[in-house]
Amino acid sequence: MEKRKERIDRGIKARSEDIFALSSWREMLYLAAPRLVPIILFLAIPIFLNPYWQRVMISLAVFAMLAISWDLLAQSGMISLGQALFFGMGAYISGTINHTWGIHPFITIPLAGVLGGLLCTLILLPVLRLRGIYFSMFTLILPLMLVRTIEATKIFGGTEGLSGMSPLPSSWLELYLIIIATLLAFFGFRRMMGSDYGLILKGICDNDRSVTNAGINIYWYKTQALFFSSAVGAFAGAYMTHVYMFVGMPVFALDYSIMPIASVVVGGVGTFSGAVLGAAILVPLSEILRGIGGLRIVLYGLCLVIFIVAVPEGIFHYIQRKYQQFERWVDVD
Amino acid sequence: MFLGTLVYAIVNSFILILLAIGFNLTFGISGVANFAYGALYILSAYLSWMLMHLLGFPFLISALLSILITTLVGAIMYRLVLLRVRGQALSEVIATFGIGLSILELFRYLGFVGFEYTLPVFIDRSFVFAGTYIDMQRILIVVLGMLLVVALWLFTHHTSLGLAFRGIAQDERTALTFGIDSDWIATLSVSMGAGLAAIAATIIIPLGSIAPSEGYDVLIKALAVCIIGGLGSTGGVITAGFIIGMAERFTDTYIGSHWTMIVSLIAILLVLVIKPSGLFGHQKELEERI
Repeated sequence: MEKRKERIDRGIKARSEDIFALSSWREMLYLAAPRLVPIILFLAIPIFLNPYWQRVMISLAVFAMLAISWDLLAQSGMISLGQALFFGMGAYISGTINHTWGIHPFITIPLAGVLGGLLCTLILLPVLRLRGIYFSMFTLILPLMLVRTIEATKIFGGTEGLSGMSPLPSSWLELYLIIIATLLAFFGFRRMMGSDYGLILKGICDNDRSVTNAGINIYWYKTQALFFSSAVGAFAGAYMTHVYMFVGMPVFALDYSIMPIASVVVGGVGTFSGAVLGAAILVPLSEILRGIGGLRIVLYGLCLVIFIVAVPEGIFHYIQRKYQQFERWVDVD
Repeated sequence: MFLGTLVYAIVNSFILILLAIGFNLTFGISGVANFAYGALYILSAYLSWMLMHLLGFPFLISALLSILITTLVGAIMYRLVLLRVRGQALSEVIATFGIGLSILELFRYLGFVGFEYTLPVFIDRSFVFAGTYIDMQRILIVVLGMLLVVALWLFTHHTSLGLAFRGIAQDERTALTFGIDSDWIATLSVSMGAGLAAIAATIIIPLGSIAPSEGYDVLIKALAVCIIGGLGSTGGVITAGFIIGMAERFTDTYIGSHWTMIVSLIAILLVLVIKPSGLFGHQKELEERI
């Protein structure tokens, strides 16, 4: 007798779908737990960490932000291979402003987020008309070419970079500001993609010509999505500048393009939760593996290939399925 | 001065054409953007270096062997990985990118960096041409570049396999009804692209040395040429190769060497603004590109 796997929504999921979820604590907890768990973990874990791992936590939050911004672009149908462009642009803008005029980080970081977002959007505007793989190609070569330009023309400190940025006031503030910013970006973008506005962006990803048919200017919406995404990436870069008190050519390095993609692929595309989960797995893992040096990037590469081929849905979608549905084997008629 | 620059510009153009033609072939036929292209280029160079210096083969045999092995690696890469994600552009890009990254960073980790990692020139002679010194290897690059382009054209237009390639490129479903196995053709196209990368490496590497970072450069150059020329079009690759090659050399001589990268960047941006499908990319313009 042949069997097949059947998936059915759990009763509690069906019960907690409408307003009657309010009638029982259990249903309310079922709904709230997936949202509360990341918040509580993000806010509580840093208290128990030593200063070294608190630094790791900062870079975890930064990479989670980059991964979120990558996922936002991917959900609007733009596959970027150059998240380092956003990161580096923010880092250089904030670094230069702080280095030249000595303006306080609390002003330069948000300023660099907005300016970096605008600048990246302007640079990528001509490419926005390209679809799929063509967009990826251009975004891949852009940061690499910018590095060469900085190296050759010696602008912004050339190969040595700029150092001596002012640090953030205290280490706890440094840690919790970026965590809160990451959580805001995470829940904010989740909400955005759930609204009608997000529906248009998803529609552009699925079938851009039918969205055009509906009388919607897809280029204008893509520009907006690009701005949101690059502003978040630039914010992360600007923050990292003030944490390291240094900005140089490494901010355009391939690491900042690969890590976000790897995070999202491991975590799962299409829900920002996958991006955050992937970053939360990969960043500490790469810290533990710091001893093997360059071999880490080899592992990332292999990890990308294996996940794409074997587990294309990602970890988050697996967990989500288990949380919402149960499975059983039934006979095939 | 001018003539000398012109000669080197032509050589540079042919280097770019050689670098881009394999990438272009793979993409034009199977639609797979092989982001592991630069890594395959470096892999073949290291393979022939290892065959020569660790196993003691003569240069010619090790070069041929490395071209063969790289071709096989391309085929294996397609059968094992790409076949499973065929048609999903995002997955293809990420998978090939991951493979390329692993290969390049593995070589970097193993410490294959330095001036001793290079391949010998074919014929060690140089002579004066139009008032400038030019060595035999650069002449060979031009000659072999032309030969390769002509051979590829003859192959795709006058052999049944080449016609099958073009059939798949034009309309996969119609080609299937004619009994052309699209998976097999795609495997061949990826492995031939890898083989062309290996041939390019064998000819071009003797001018410099082998380094993992070169792999990213090769990928960037191939992408730049293909974006300007229009992906999947051989005429476009040749034209774009000449445009970038000339522009790079002439800015190098008359403006300054650090402007070369900016020139190609501006060229790409201009082409994308004016004609997003590239100079010659008219095939299926609406569906694929915009």
